[in-house]
Amino acid sequence: MSPEESPTDDDFPVPPRSVVDGEGRDIRFREGDEGDLEAVVDMYTQFDPSDRAQGIPPSKEPAIRDWLDAITTSGNLQVIAEHEGDVVGHGMLVSDEDGGYELALFVLQDYQGAGIGTELLRTLLGLGSDRGVERVWLSVERWNEPAITVYEKVGFERTGQASFEIEMDMTLD
Amino acid sequence: MPAQSGCMKVLLALDGSELSMRALDRTVERAREAGDDLAVAVYEGAAAADVDEVAETATERLSAAGVDAAVHRLEDEAGSRLVELADDYDELVMGGGEISPMGKIRIGETIEFVLVNAQTTLTLVR
Repeated sequence: MSPEESPTDDDFPVPPRSVVDGEGRDIRFREGDEGDLEAVVDMYTQFDPSDRAQGIPPSKEPAIRDWLDAITTSGNLQVIAEHEGDVVGHGMLVSDEDGGYELALFVLQDYQGAGIGTELLRTLLGLGSDRGVERVWLSVERWNEPAITVYEKVGFERTGQASFEIEMDMTLD
Repeated sequence: MPAQSGCMKVLLALDGSELSMRALDRTVERAREAGDDLAVAVYEGAAAADVDEVAETATERLSAAGVDAAVHRLEDEAGSRLVELADDYDELVMGGGEISPMGKIRIGETIEFVLVNAQTTLTLVR
């Protein structure tokens, strides 16, 4: 990786911000809160089952609500990607019990492949850094090469392979 | 749980994880109803639970349900020991992984090993 491709923390932008995606769409990133629950549930009910990762998001609406209730508690962070008022992407940092945060993000199928996931990830890391999050980790299925490539590009490093999943982490200043 | 009726020889593998304890409750319940011949094998998994404590909990729940089952403790190489033991059973039941703070299921190496190598029908409980 050349130096200009190695982002530092300065490269992680803080929400709200807008970008034009690879398809020319205006995508707005902003911090999410409890008031966004219905719009986020709506996004996950449209989610393609083939894009689930390690059991999330759940497929049925009641299970989606239970899952979101459990992870959108205070202290956790969310960034929402919107296009024309609809939620098209959602990223979360969920506190573990060891001072770190687990990261996950999802982008609706019609909005994949246009750079939104990368920008959502960078914005979420920017928000985390701004709120004093120091260590972020994630697990990703080992066959999900596109996601692994994006995570490595923003600075995550592989810390282990637990079987079906690869674990990665990074430290924010 | 499988739909078949009638009693079966069932081996339940427990590592103390949330899903494995759910597997314990369901398997004990089924054994009580169907009269399964049940045995429990406690191993040290990713949950980092104390094997003796998990075995004790299992013994308590079995006796509370009035189900008679041997509780074994597996020391090392739990995966290959489980595969070996399971040969004598109709079914092996395990908890279906660890749940991360995000709610992601993570399949540990013991489950993966058993999944690939066991000749016995395996049920992963969610």
